[in-house]
Amino acid sequence: MTLPILRRLALVALLAMPVAAEAHRSWLLPSATILSGDDPWVTVDAAVSNDLFYFEHFPMPLDGLTIMAPDGSAAQAENQARGRYRSTFDVRLNAPGTWRIAVAGESMFASWRQNGQQRRWRGTREAFAREVPAGAEALRVTLGQRRVEFFATRGAPTDRVLQPLNEGLEMVPITHPNDLVAAEPAQFRLLLDGKPAAGVEVSVVPGGNRYRDQLGEMKLRTAEDGSFAVNWTGPGMYWLNASVRDANSGLPNVQRNASYVATLEVLP
Amino acid sequence: MRIAFPLALIGLAAAPLAAKAAPEVTVTVEIPRLSVAEYHRPYVAIWVERPDQQAVANLAVWYDMALRNNEGEKWLKDMRQWWRRTGRSLQMPLDGVSGATRAPGRHALRVDGAALSGLAPGQYNLVVEAAREVGGRELLRVPFQWPPAAEQSGTAQGSHELGAVSLQIKP
Repeated sequence: MTLPILRRLALVALLAMPVAAEAHRSWLLPSATILSGDDPWVTVDAAVSNDLFYFEHFPMPLDGLTIMAPDGSAAQAENQARGRYRSTFDVRLNAPGTWRIAVAGESMFASWRQNGQQRRWRGTREAFAREVPAGAEALRVTLGQRRVEFFATRGAPTDRVLQPLNEGLEMVPITHPNDLVAAEPAQFRLLLDGKPAAGVEVSVVPGGNRYRDQLGEMKLRTAEDGSFAVNWTGPGMYWLNASVRDANSGLPNVQRNASYVATLEVLP
Repeated sequence: MRIAFPLALIGLAAAPLAAKAAPEVTVTVEIPRLSVAEYHRPYVAIWVERPDQQAVANLAVWYDMALRNNEGEKWLKDMRQWWRRTGRSLQMPLDGVSGATRAPGRHALRVDGAALSGLAPGQYNLVVEAAREVGGRELLRVPFQWPPAAEQSGTAQGSHELGAVSLQIKP
């Protein structure tokens, strides 16, 4: 590996504490979330970056892309492409109502010592058993579950796609995510495996921070029932993020890190 | 707005009317002449809301109806307040409400009093919202009392996408 030492140290830290310690932000940025007309399309940038919402680091892999149509059925993305700094795809909203567009999935992270060397590994659940020696020295394993998503509505909002999936960390709207305006606080609920995620820190960052001196991050904490309220600082695109670390990976001696990201559009 | 928001706005304006002569309602909307490189006539929505901003009657929606494949409807959502309060749950075109965009100048809209006959007595706002392609958006409100006890009039002055908006009501 030819990474500079600092990068290498950062990488070690990142893999030892996957996702949570990751400074980079994952996001989907839709061209619009509220649409009218008979044949509206949404085009989406998908990236991993530092600043929001600028593509300056890495294109988000679209392996886990799922599009849920208003009736709950799965739809296909069109025009997928991967550039140097961003991936893109289009969604044709061929039915009225609210759509849910997400990149979701899981990976396993492992680190251990072998012959005095630090080893790191990342891969699928299936490959894990094959490639990571069981009982290795100082073995640490984490299952990373993530969901990065946004909602878009053609015509009047509907709530079929807002039903919880009951897997990992997710946001269930109380205020409809395509009915957000700057002057009105919005309420959401955070669920972990379908149950209220209480006392979890939620970070909300308005986009456009390249042209601001301060990040403008709002840190909120979920209540007993998982709910939290956001007072928008103005109209725009917002990045909402939360993560939970626990032992509920479903695998022995494997920690779990569940993370959630939503991009929300707030109108004037 | 909660997820369980009320969708049934249109029905309200269609309640049965009393047989008496309906009040005469006239809305005048001035579309300013703008000196811009690329001018498109604005989309304009005119509706009536309760003081809590719930829409209770649509009076007019001027948009580009002539484009093929209803492409003009793509931009209806740019009248953001109207879209949120009522437009998004309507099926366009709306009989007696939809119309073509208007040129700069003063436009009088005579509202059939029957369109408002279902309103419960109380305070309302006339709302006029304009959104222009590659331009801006502006929204004006003129409060009024319904039903009118006496002749009423009100005005509001726009600053960029709308000129003067006035409302005249004769019982």
